[in-house]
Formats: sequence, structure tokens, C-alpha cells
Amino acid sequence: MDLLSNLALGFGVAFTPINLMYCLIGCILGTLIGVLPGIGPVATIAMLLPATYALPPVSALIMLAGIYYGAQYGGSTTAILVNLPGESSSVVTTIDGYQMARKGRAGPALAAAGLGSFFAGTVGTLILAAFAPPLTELAFKFGPAEYFSLMILGLVGAVVLASGSLLKAIAMIILGLLLGLIGTDVNSGVARFSFDIPELTDGVGFVVVAMGVFGYGEIISNLSQPEDEREVFTAKVEGLFPTKEDFKNMLPAVIRGTALGSLLGVLPGGGALLAAFAAYTIEKKTKLRPGEVPFGQGNIRGVAAPESANNAGAQTSFIPLLTLGIPPNAVMALMVGAMTIHNIQPGPQVMTSNPELFWGLIASMWIGNLMLVILNLPLIGMWIKLLSVPYRFLFPAIVLFCAIGVYSTNNNTFDIWMVAAFGFVGYVFVKLGVEPAPLLLGFILGPMMEENLRRALLLSRGDWTVFATRPLSAGLLGAALALLVIVLLPSIRNKREEAFVEE
Amino acid sequence: MIKSQKDFFSGLMFAIIGGGFAWGATSYSIGTGARMGPGYFPLLLGILLAILGVFTIFYSLVEHTEDGDKVGKFVWRPIVYVLGANVAFGILLAGLPSLGVPAMGLIVAIFALVIIASKAGDVFDLKEVLILATVLSVGSYLAFIVLLKLQMPVWPTFITG
Repeated sequence: MDLLSNLALGFGVAFTPINLMYCLIGCILGTLIGVLPGIGPVATIAMLLPATYALPPVSALIMLAGIYYGAQYGGSTTAILVNLPGESSSVVTTIDGYQMARKGRAGPALAAAGLGSFFAGTVGTLILAAFAPPLTELAFKFGPAEYFSLMILGLVGAVVLASGSLLKAIAMIILGLLLGLIGTDVNSGVARFSFDIPELTDGVGFVVVAMGVFGYGEIISNLSQPEDEREVFTAKVEGLFPTKEDFKNMLPAVIRGTALGSLLGVLPGGGALLAAFAAYTIEKKTKLRPGEVPFGQGNIRGVAAPESANNAGAQTSFIPLLTLGIPPNAVMALMVGAMTIHNIQPGPQVMTSNPELFWGLIASMWIGNLMLVILNLPLIGMWIKLLSVPYRFLFPAIVLFCAIGVYSTNNNTFDIWMVAAFGFVGYVFVKLGVEPAPLLLGFILGPMMEENLRRALLLSRGDWTVFATRPLSAGLLGAALALLVIVLLPSIRNKREEAFVEE
Repeated sequence: MIKSQKDFFSGLMFAIIGGGFAWGATSYSIGTGARMGPGYFPLLLGILLAILGVFTIFYSLVEHTEDGDKVGKFVWRPIVYVLGANVAFGILLAGLPSLGVPAMGLIVAIFALVIIASKAGDVFDLKEVLILATVLSVGSYLAFIVLLKLQMPVWPTFITG
């Protein structure tokens, strides 16, 4: 058995006391920073990356993996407790998670997220171990045309799943793509839309956009509501752990979420985000059992499914990174940075030339997941205590952590001005009723999409039909088109609008 | 007549930003499909965004809504205080060399941020706010400077020299 011997090799590397310790430290630090509202995994990893420079490569990557899982779990915690998604993929978790917290069921929501993530992480790790080698082969069949079509499919999928007006969601994606193009064009070296500001030639930071639009925009709109309309907790916590009934509801949702997440996570371009959205939509489509809480009002399935999908997707999103060296999202982009610092060029050769590192990393992912459950389930009570802190103490702290986080990513005050600008933009978005999540996705994919479009058309000598004549690309575009048509059909359109009516 | 104010203004926003990007893109070399210049993709997207914006405006004029979908008043107090606190933090933390403002460091910046941000709320009790600022200063110093060793000025430059 290849799989078993490979995993044995991996666990042999990861299970040394020193590496276990780094994994544990990573998990604790990641959770600690990630649980601060408004600071997502990207900001957390960026902040903690320097701490791993001095370690040997394997230990450094293991610690980073620990930080990543800790930050992700911390992000889900803030999504549930204070309605602030740390990253785009936990946006959906806020819908039902926050409602559960408001009803005093923050404990079960956090436990569902933790247990669901652990299950999904275990499955995702196994899939990664089993399919990474053959998937490398499939991934090699992807040319730029296929990547471009794949990203179109991903974006269309995200739009279909976004709530509200389809037209406005598509417009937000394009706006995001355009914002992503700000900065130096890699091919010509021309600084685009930088208005001669030196800091803008590096582009607008993902952290800046995310914190401004999600963090500040949210705080301002929260504060601008009159006192009686503002979100207030009736923080009566009834039982920390899910009831038997909860487990019965959770289990199928976790399994569905895991399956979807593992599948979609492989796709470059926000697989985890797409998976979380898709998992939530599927749960919404399935019939409610008698006596079950409706979605949008604190249904535990609405937490368990996207969290499992998110984590499974996070796991399998290592596949394109480790097999092709292509980061599918902002977190993986940071991992690429970390690997190159340690003189490892991510790509297919890692598996063959550096098997200890490859399989050690995979084994440590599972260990990281396990540690999170051990670490966080007993600490749920502590996270819930956060609820009893009045908002007038919480929001200056959030503003502070956002400001410090933004400053420390680049040690640059320019980012602080930018985040203020995006905070205002975020408030305008709230006022105009447009969804910011598609914007963020477009923002990450902008440069990648342009690069692949450029390469595809260069190879085809400017012939646009290349996207339809290459079978894989045509299939992906066809799927995107089919999705759009299905959503636009009048009968489904009405249902979709119904499905997204919240409250 | 505008039937949905929110849609009308978001459409307007998309149209203007899209148009702006497209117009800006023309100042870079556009190139051809086979040899794309830096202006090609932004021009394409800018035009697309402007068209979608116009569509959105069109819909806002025809599609009937119950209450006119009003945008509502901008509540300026939290905007000014929250974003102002953020900007003040930046200025105090690292200084503003172009205006001759010296770096005052993390601790002063935290006090300024907490005091200004707290003004955005309905209740402002100076004693409470100062306690919060002290707690956050100590906590941030321990977490970010001692533990994480982030590189940032902690004390005013005229003290540390």
C-alpha cells in the first residue's frame, strides 16, 4: 500500500516531540490572533510568518499549518460570536451561527463548527494523501485556457450563490477584478491606476480590502443604527454542547459539506469559499425536519455544513499548491511565500525530491486538526465570555486590532489610510444593498484571470474560440453557462429570491 | 421616476467607476488579443462594468418596489469617529514626515484611537474609556511587541531619541 507507507513516512516526520510542539504553538497562536474580531487567517498568517523564519523548513511549515488551522477556527469563532467574518469563506457561517449565538446557543454552534471541521479535515487529509499523485496528472492537462474557464465557472458559481440582485453581484465581481488589477502589470512593468503613488504600485492589499469593507464597514453600519435596532445579545447560554437532536441534524450536513468541500477545494480560485456557499445553499434546499429552526434564524446545519465544507476545501486546496505550485487563494499564496523563504519551490517536484517534507506536512495537517479539537472544545466557555463584553468596549478594540493588523502586514501607514477609505466604501455598499463577498473573490482572481487570458490568447494567436474548442475548457464554460441559465429561469429565479430572504 | 433608489445609485456607481477604469485604461497600451498590452483587460472589464451599471439604472427605473427602496441618510458620526480614530492612530504611530509630525509610538496612538473611536458610541464615559485604553495598551504591548516582536515604534521619538 503506497498510501499507508507514505502516511507512515509522514507521521514519522511529524510525530517528533519538537514538531508536535511547534504544531501546538502554531495552533494556540493562530487561534489567539484569529479569534480577534476582524482579523482573518490571512492577516494572522501574515503577522506570524516572521516567527517561523528561524525554524528548519519542515518544522516551519508544520507550525504554519498549525497557525492556519488555528486562525481558521478562530475566524469561525468571531463569525459566530460577533458576526464578523474573518475571511470570505466564513461569511456564510455568520448567517446562522450569529443567530444561534443571539439565541444563547453559541456553545453548540462553536462545537458544531469544531467537530464538523475535524471530521472534514480528516477526510480532506486522506483525500489529499490518496489523490495528490494522480491529480497531478489531471492538473497537468490544464492549460491557460482551462484555467481561465475554470475561474469563470468559479465566479459564476459564486454569483449564483450570492444573495440579492444577480446583476449587482456580477457588477461587484467585475469591480473586484478591476481593483485587483491595480498595481504593476507583471508583463509590461507598467504601474496601472496607481496615480503615481509609490505604495499603490504593489497593488491594494487583500487585508486592506477585507478589513475595510468587512471590518470597518460593518462596525460603522452597526453603530449608525439607533440603539433599539442594534444587534444586542440576550446572552443566556443554554448548554455548551450540542444536544442529541443537534447531532442528528448535524451529521448529514457535515457529510454533505465535507464531500462538496473536498471536491470544490481542488479548484484553483477560492474553492473553500465556493464550497462554503454551495454547502449552505444545498442545506437550504433540503427539507426542514419537523420542529427544526428555519435557516437564517439559527439552524445548526447552517453552521456545520459550510464549516465542514470550508475546512475540507482548505485541506484539498493544498493539492493545486503542492502539485502545481499555484496558490488557489490568499492563504496559499502566503504559504508559497513561506516555502520560497525556506528554499522550497512549490510544484510537482516537491513530492519526489522532498518526500519527507511533503508527507510530513500532510500528516501534520491532521495533527493540527486534532489539536484544535482538543484545545478548543474545552475552551468554548472562554470564547463565549467574549459575548458578555459590551459593544462599547468591543468596537474600539476591534478598530485597534484592525489598525495594528493592517499596519503590521507591511509596516506601512499608507495601508492605514487605505483601510479607512475602504471602510467608507464598505458603508456605502451596506447603504446601497450590494454584497461585498463577490467583490473580494474577484479581487483575488483579477491578476490570475488576466494572466491566464493573456497566455491563452497568446498561444492561440488572438483567437477567442480557443476557449470553446478545447474540450476541457468548453466543458467548464458550458457548466458556467448552464448555471446562469438555470438561475435565470423564471421559476427558479423566484425560488432563489425566496431562499435568500433573510430574517 | 426612480423606483428603487438603492439600485439607481449602485448602478450609477458601477457606471461611473467602470467608465473611469475604461478611460484610465486607454492611457496604457491596449495591444491586440494575441499581444495584450497592460490596458487590454482593464478596458474590457471597465466597459463591461459600465454596461452593467447602465442596466442596473434601467431596472431601477422600471422594476416596481414597495417602498421605493430608499438609500436612507448617511449617519456621519460613526463614520467620522471610527475612520478618524483609525487615521489618527496611523499618524501618531509612525508620524507624518511630510507635515513634520513626529512619531508618537504605539501607546499614545492606542489612547488616541480608543478615545476618538469611543466618541462614535452613544455612551461616552471618559473614566471607562481611559481604563479600556490602558488595558488595551498593556495587552497590545505584551501581545504584539513582546510576544510577536512586531516592528513598530512604541514610545514617542523625542523620548527614545
